[in-house]
Amino acid sequence: MVQQHDSKLIATDRLWPAGTRPSTDAIWRLLEEVPDPEVPVVNVVELGIVRDLNWRDDTLEVTITPTYSGCPATHFIEEEISAALNRAGLTNHRLVQRLAPAWTTDWITEAAREKLRAFGIAPPEGAASKRTLLGEDPEVTCPHCGSKHTEQVSEFGSTACKALYRCTECLEPFDYFKCI
Amino acid sequence: MTEKQALFEYLLRLGDSDMILAQRLCELVGHAPALEEEMAIGNVALDLLGQARSWLEYAAELEDAGRDADALAFLRNEREYRNLLIVEQANGNFADTMARQYLFDAWHYYLLQALKTSADDRIAAIAAKGLKEVTYHLRRSSAWIKRLGDGTDESHEKMQAAIDEIWTYSGEMMVADEADQLLQAAGIAADLEQVKQQWQAHVAATLAEATLTQPADDSYMQTGGKQGYHTEQLGFLLAEMQYLPRAYPGATW
Repeated sequence: MVQQHDSKLIATDRLWPAGTRPSTDAIWRLLEEVPDPEVPVVNVVELGIVRDLNWRDDTLEVTITPTYSGCPATHFIEEEISAALNRAGLTNHRLVQRLAPAWTTDWITEAAREKLRAFGIAPPEGAASKRTLLGEDPEVTCPHCGSKHTEQVSEFGSTACKALYRCTECLEPFDYFKCI
Repeated sequence: MTEKQALFEYLLRLGDSDMILAQRLCELVGHAPALEEEMAIGNVALDLLGQARSWLEYAAELEDAGRDADALAFLRNEREYRNLLIVEQANGNFADTMARQYLFDAWHYYLLQALKTSADDRIAAIAAKGLKEVTYHLRRSSAWIKRLGDGTDESHEKMQAAIDEIWTYSGEMMVADEADQLLQAAGIAADLEQVKQQWQAHVAATLAEATLTQPADDSYMQTGGKQGYHTEQLGFLLAEMQYLPRAYPGATW
């Protein structure tokens, strides 16, 4: 998928001359400037959405994975990634979707978890790989006051990836990034 | 029936059941009994729609006849739909909606768990992804069965009536036909006999905790959805769902 698209979210001054093949390390850093459209304090790399970067001859192959099957932001994220690459001169690229292994919140970096907390969203508690989801309620810490006295209001929140919680100490409601 | 034909049927059944239930749930957006429930219902619908797209995209590629997932969703008539009868049933009251959801979620959960190890890599990948989402669906719907069943006299009565009413559509989920058997032998489809046992155990435990009475084992079960024979409910649903792309072919916005 190669398309011209003016991003409203990102500004980058990086520009590689046509025909060059910058290192994938440099491209990873470029993609770290692409924010998640729903939670703009974190980027698509630290959320674990971009899985792989590979040069196939002169074409850059970007492997991405959707967070949830029906996440409406997936297409928008693809466009943002494509736009960032185009603006940096890497018009010769292709986005590939990969479903397996399925996206997990375990891939969200420590730095991103702190950013979520500062933004008012409780990051996922524990590791998805180590716990069974059925019948177990995680202990969720309030991102506002740090209290562990919180309760679930709803299993589902403002987006597919979040649940709705309330702090019984500071009384503030907050989003919890579900562990999957 | 060739394996390819069976696989196409199988993918349509998976995709259609997810999509029709998503469409039913979407009818409740703006009409749910509480804001939190509205968000939950909308989120479950979104997950199911996403899974439907994955199944139907695979079906379209396999068929290789110039139809994409949208064409499969919007340009087929009732008789060409392969969804289970249970998902096309009307929302009714909130107990009806949750009874339908729970019986489906419990089946869906064990089905995807089985498909995670399918010999078909693409099916295994879609199932593994969907299972994470369906785990949350099942958690929520089983909680509602218990809360309403073991709640007030009125909620108990309504929940019991809802289970009794929808029960006749639950058997079809576990009935294997030629396509199922062919693919099961190839290690691609789930063993519905195993899913049935897991489903029965989950349902028995949940209904017992909810103080609800499980309908008789030998209850009459409706079948036919998987083969394209539907209840009258589906036509009305499709009429609404398909109106726009049929009235304005190729419309974009």
